[in-house]
Amino acid sequence: MNKRTIEENIFKCLMLGSTIFILFVLFLILATIVHKGLPYLSLGMLIHAPTSGYYLGKEGGILNAILGSLYLTGGATLLAVFISLPVALYLNIYCKKGSRLASFARFSFDVLWGIPSIVYGAFGFTIMLFFGIRASLLGGMIAVAFLILPIMTRAMDEVIRMVPVELLESSYALGANRWETALKVAVRQALPGISTAILIAFGRGIGDAASLLFTAGFTDSLPSSLLRPVATLPLAIFFQFGTPIREVQGRAYASALILTIIILVISIVSRLLTKRFTRHIIK
Amino acid sequence: MDSKALIRTEGLNVFYGQDHVLRDINIEIPKNKITVIIGPSGCGKTTLLKSFNRLLDQIDNVKVVGKVMVDGEDIYDPAIEVTQVRKKMGFLSQKPYPLPMSIYDNIAYGPRLHGEKNRRRLDRIVEHFLRTASLWDEVKDKLHAPASRLSVGQQQRLCLARGLAVGPEIILGDEPTSALDPKSSKHIEQRFQELKTHYTIILVTHILRQARRLADYVLFLYLGRLIEHGPAREIFENPKEEMTKEYVQGIIS
Repeated sequence: MNKRTIEENIFKCLMLGSTIFILFVLFLILATIVHKGLPYLSLGMLIHAPTSGYYLGKEGGILNAILGSLYLTGGATLLAVFISLPVALYLNIYCKKGSRLASFARFSFDVLWGIPSIVYGAFGFTIMLFFGIRASLLGGMIAVAFLILPIMTRAMDEVIRMVPVELLESSYALGANRWETALKVAVRQALPGISTAILIAFGRGIGDAASLLFTAGFTDSLPSSLLRPVATLPLAIFFQFGTPIREVQGRAYASALILTIIILVISIVSRLLTKRFTRHIIK
Repeated sequence: MDSKALIRTEGLNVFYGQDHVLRDINIEIPKNKITVIIGPSGCGKTTLLKSFNRLLDQIDNVKVVGKVMVDGEDIYDPAIEVTQVRKKMGFLSQKPYPLPMSIYDNIAYGPRLHGEKNRRRLDRIVEHFLRTASLWDEVKDKLHAPASRLSVGQQQRLCLARGLAVGPEIILGDEPTSALDPKSSKHIEQRFQELKTHYTIILVTHILRQARRLADYVLFLYLGRLIEHGPAREIFENPKEEMTKEYVQGIIS
């Protein structure tokens, strides 16, 4: 074996090693959650709200947090779509290639992406104070919408950027204006990527606890109004871990398992949707 | 010139940033004929073609000086609605780009944009233009299948039908057969021959044989300048300019 072949083999092993390492870590996390959570997971947890003694190990469930998380993240994702999609379309269909505004916007989103979620929580809280909203479902939606906006926008931006210029040109050549082209051609062509972007953002949003601490509050009752506090899974996990009672800590793992399953289901749905939307795509 | 001119340029200059890509082009394109733009790569053929339907607008830092008159209107006049200009022309690109929707919706896209909503009229439009592009028999049973599933040759005919469906007077083709196999190319060329009785066709090609087969009128461009233009026979058999002679004989390419 010559030197170059040895070199290649060493790096091949390193790359394979890293891949295996990350898969191992992921597996370990999942295994811990399943191992510690599964014994405590029960139907009761899924269909009941907590009773007064729930955090002391008595009867009840976390339906309040499951529903709360789904409503809150669903609403936040919807809010974010109505901002992200227009931004991504504007940057790609209306802005010129070398546009300073576009590159500044992209840079800003990348920076915003890296801001810790607690900061979004604090920011959401100041906005809520300004409008006189208390910790509530609505407040949480707004904070999480801010948190996932940069992620969603950049992900959509990347996929809309991949739409071939010639495809847009053929729409213009038929007499379409930019708006019609954006909506009827660019969005359709990028639909698989757009749906993935939405679901990635949803996944990021549903797992975040820090942005909700001040904005959504917490409650043991099921979500009933946009203006009342709402329970969420990440905070439910946090509070359950916070008790010294073994039983409740086990339920924290079970809650984590539920959250993980929700995210898994979303990932699978996203894959299926992508496949379905791909049939019209022009390569 | 015998035929009435539908497109006329007056002192047309195009710049991409600092690059002066078209220099002082003055031409008249004869009506209901096939005009072929020939010339070496990078001479401005496509730019000239795209100046006719203002697809140039899409390019960054482009500057157009001079006039392009279509039906007696300067299409670069700020008062002109660009979508109306484009409606007068069907455009075929090098590689066919069907829209990401069904075969039916591809054809109906243009008419719908321009306000046609009646389902039965749309059905008729779709059938009529698919027949004109001789694609109907191949797709009549799968009109609602994605256009992306058609072969490249079929896709280019679909794009032709789609362009015709907005009711243009002019067909612009930017090397429309370059991505096609010989059989599909022949198919498209035959359509052009049939269509020229009703349409003014302008094609860019770098295939001299194709130019000879199709052209009634020829424009020869070199490095952004119009070197020579005239009836096809004159250009191919008795060119006045030395450079044209060398190009049509294949000495320069």
